Amino acid sequence: MKIRLENVVKTFETFRAVRDVSLTIESGELVALLGPSGSGKTTILRMVAGLEYADGGHIYFGDQDATDIPVRDRGVGFVFQHYALFPHMTVAENIAFGMKVSKVKREKAAIEARVVELLRLVRLEGLGDRFPAQISGGQRQRVALARALSVDPKVLLLDEPFGALDANVRHDLRRWLREIHRELGITTIFVTHDQEEALDLADRVVILKDGHIIQQGTAEEVCRNPQSAFVMKFLGDANVLAAEVRDGKAYASGAAIDVSGMADGKAELYARPADLDWSAQGPGIPASITRVLDRPDGRRVLATTETGDQLEFDVEPERPVKAGEGGFVTLRRAKVFAL
Amino acid sequence: MGATRTGRKPPRVGDQPLFRRMLIGIVLVIVALLIVAPLVVIGVEAFSKGWVVYRDTIIHPDTLHAIGLTVFAAIVAVPVNTAFGVAAAWSITKFDFWGRRFLLVVIEIPFSVSPIVAGVAYLFVYGLQGVFGPMLDEYGIKILFAIPGIILASMFVTAPFVARELIPLMQAQGRDLEEAATSLGASGWRTFFSVTLPNVKWALLYGVVLCNARVMGEFGAVSVVSGNIRGQTNTLPLHIELLYHDYQAAGAFAAASILALIAVFTIIAKVALERQGAGRVRRPALVTSPAEKAQ
Repeated sequence: MKIRLENVVKTFETFRAVRDVSLTIESGELVALLGPSGSGKTTILRMVAGLEYADGGHIYFGDQDATDIPVRDRGVGFVFQHYALFPHMTVAENIAFGMKVSKVKREKAAIEARVVELLRLVRLEGLGDRFPAQISGGQRQRVALARALSVDPKVLLLDEPFGALDANVRHDLRRWLREIHRELGITTIFVTHDQEEALDLADRVVILKDGHIIQQGTAEEVCRNPQSAFVMKFLGDANVLAAEVRDGKAYASGAAIDVSGMADGKAELYARPADLDWSAQGPGIPASITRVLDRPDGRRVLATTETGDQLEFDVEPERPVKAGEGGFVTLRRAKVFAL
Repeated sequence: MGATRTGRKPPRVGDQPLFRRMLIGIVLVIVALLIVAPLVVIGVEAFSKGWVVYRDTIIHPDTLHAIGLTVFAAIVAVPVNTAFGVAAAWSITKFDFWGRRFLLVVIEIPFSVSPIVAGVAYLFVYGLQGVFGPMLDEYGIKILFAIPGIILASMFVTAPFVARELIPLMQAQGRDLEEAATSLGASGWRTFFSVTLPNVKWALLYGVVLCNARVMGEFGAVSVVSGNIRGQTNTLPLHIELLYHDYQAAGAFAAASILALIAVFTIIAKVALERQGAGRVRRPALVTSPAEKAQ
């Protein structure tokens, strides 16, 4: 089901949570709403679900205006951050709940068969008689997903689905959700504040800030081509240097980078830790190493430039670097944004 | 425990033996004087003139009528206040509306107001000189110095019990479960009976038990509005006072022993319910483990 938001607005008392958001989600697409807390991402999701009503604008499900359809009749599957499993019902009863209360009457046997099928889909065969308190967090989240899918929703909505889980479980569930999505082909929107999760999982990432869409695109588009300093900073670690643009070149702490087409003036230069390198001889930005952090996949070096800027960059694990060493930071690539 | 291992352990804060013994001693003495002694006296005095007097007091028509009236007041007031408490807790915790916090405060007022104030207030609202009194009198409806007044006064005093037990619990549980049920297609009623109620049932029962105990024991408000007509508008607590003023100490204590018995059953029910997790603010039954929370 294609979902279309048109100039959607939502205000809580005086706080404008969502300001004029328009967004189209194609049928079968897996979209991430990514943003810091307070960016309006959860509010947008809840408006699509019908758990909140939009103050202005329209939400279309296919060609149907769903803006004022109550959540009960909207036909969405919603997965809550803290699972919201019914604690007094078994796993099987939780999954069957939607089918039991549905206006569409189902045979008892049909419901049971569907529960078994869903338990198999979420790989929880044999746990149907357990209560939610007796299974792990990752398993609960999978039950929540099975329950949401039980009513054959037109769209699947997940609110920070892995937010309450530990890192390993989160990693597994992410892959698994991707598989389920491929298997079922259901239009899916999920909310997250974790960039890695959004980039790994989604066909398209929608980045929000202060109730606006700042940028959207595939993981490749937003990573390689951030349109603003905010997106650059939000998507990952970034070094910032004050820069000055003159005649199509940006100059920062002794380094220069080509920025043809940019107007002259003050700017900021952003570089990822992997975009910088270290060498004993110039040319480059003169700096001295303050700390070396060893990590499983390499070494992170913290350095201070002569002008007092802090820089972080990665080197190969074999590289002999020590705190106190002097040398030069070189720029492989960088993004420059006008101030 | 630790003392055998290290021989002597430095006392923790407030853990000096002298201080500990003194504090515990003082508390025990106060409990004995203030709570245990009077209860023992009830039992002793009730039977001081022998079993026959005790039995005669209990089966005296006035006493039986007082018991009947007390039970009747409870039968009406408790269900009404339970329904009110559930409705109030539901609206306060599941909806946002203007004046929500104010309502929360208003519901608690009967706890902080002396019951006698409530009684007098009812007098001014429903009495013949009161606001609605003359109008009600015209239609021949008698509220004060009659059973409706007793029930109304009891209800005023016990209005907060159920709501007060439910509100913190339902607040802690949040709206997720109801939202989940609704998004799965459940109607409001279905959501309430299948999802909300099962998760608050122990707290609800706990509130009902406390509410019942208070209705049956209420004296102050009821004494103002009932008129103390023996065999007509006398509840059990009022009857006890009446017997006492008639210099029938043994009779008063015999009647009091019934209330004491109700109290004992209330305490048993209360403890049993607390074992089920009612009566304290519980986190939602489904909490994530600390490891998951840390993420």
